[in-house]
Amino acid sequence: MENKFLTDLKEVFEIEDREIFMDDQFREYPEWGSLAYLSVIAMLDEIYDFQIEEADFKKLRTVRDLYNAATQQ
Amino acid sequence: MALLQFDGIGISAMAAAVPHTVINNYEYTHYFPADQVKEVVDKVGVFQRRFADEKTCSSDLCFAAAEKLFADNQTDRSEIDVLIFVSQTPDYRMPATSILLQERLKLPQSTLAFDMNLGCSAYLYGLSTVYALMQQHGLRKALLLDGETRSKVYSPKDRRTAFIFGDAGSATLIERNERFGKSYFSLNSDGSREDLIKIEAGGYRKPSSAETIKEKVVDEYGNIRSEEQGYMKGGDVFNFVIREIPSDIQHILSYSGADKDQLDYIVFHQANTFINTYLAKKLKLDATKIPSTIEKYGNTSSVSVPLTIVSELQHQLQEDKTILLSAFGVGMTWASAVIRFNQCKVSDIVEV
Repeated sequence: MENKFLTDLKEVFEIEDREIFMDDQFREYPEWGSLAYLSVIAMLDEIYDFQIEEADFKKLRTVRDLYNAATQQ
Repeated sequence: MALLQFDGIGISAMAAAVPHTVINNYEYTHYFPADQVKEVVDKVGVFQRRFADEKTCSSDLCFAAAEKLFADNQTDRSEIDVLIFVSQTPDYRMPATSILLQERLKLPQSTLAFDMNLGCSAYLYGLSTVYALMQQHGLRKALLLDGETRSKVYSPKDRRTAFIFGDAGSATLIERNERFGKSYFSLNSDGSREDLIKIEAGGYRKPSSAETIKEKVVDEYGNIRSEEQGYMKGGDVFNFVIREIPSDIQHILSYSGADKDQLDYIVFHQANTFINTYLAKKLKLDATKIPSTIEKYGNTSSVSVPLTIVSELQHQLQEDKTILLSAFGVGMTWASAVIRFNQCKVSDIVEV
């Protein structure tokens, strides 16, 4: 599950030159921004049927936070 | 639940007008570096749009569309009993622009005329209001004019809105005739999301002052606007779309008894390519049935639905066609409809 999530997230961010990890602070990726935000919430809805308001999303920091939210852990 | 259905009322003619000035978005780089502009433009999918000059209002675009419609259909103006003007960019705060258009279009004084102030969903609100009025057999023909000059609303120095919006006007003629069959509408509102898209000042809650017209840096990204220019929280709007629009479309399909495969076309509000691609994928819709004008006219707010029909379906509406319409916007409000077209005459787009 975690590996698939990392693969999906890499695709959303269009990261091709490196690996990403569960403990990464995704807001520090050079690819992060308001446009990437839209792609992330679209991915969470499409693949995980998970919707999140912007105020709650702002509290998420790491890739693991995203994963836990999407999989409701 | 605001679900409406009508029988034997439909659209017999349509026309649209756009300003002649074309804005090429990749070259719209006065305030932002070209690489940043390209990134935004690629995502929103707006390559060109039209900007009205400072003298041209929504009403002028609608006037041109209406004159084209009258000329192409030899419409008898004395038969227009209803005129509704839909816009959030009227000529004046008073009087209502519809009344000015009654005079300019030489419609009779017996014409019922008023304005509707709503955002991107407004064509569907306007159309359903006209259909409801047209159940009155005393009314012969209705004219729905829908125009916007959103280029005048948003700051070119705020990258969240600078590359999206364009200007246009449309005219729709509505009549009673058995050939139109049944039509269905779903209309919704949610004022708890009033701050997603807004112009803070210039109304009566916060009147214009020297302070409200000052440009200010409004966020950590250095975007600049005044309180009298519109803002949009794009992420929250997209969240709203995810939550509300697919379910409303499922709703109108089941209410109308139509299967999505029976639809001839699906016309979405042209918000941006990212949102419309998402909706098509989410609802598993056939992309070849979804006409798009976002790339050449941008987001023209409530005009985007009629403009897309006039631009892309001009020659497709002679035969009996079932079309799903869906739109959402500031308020928030959202609406969807399943309507039938039959022998609808669609004019060429007019440049003003």
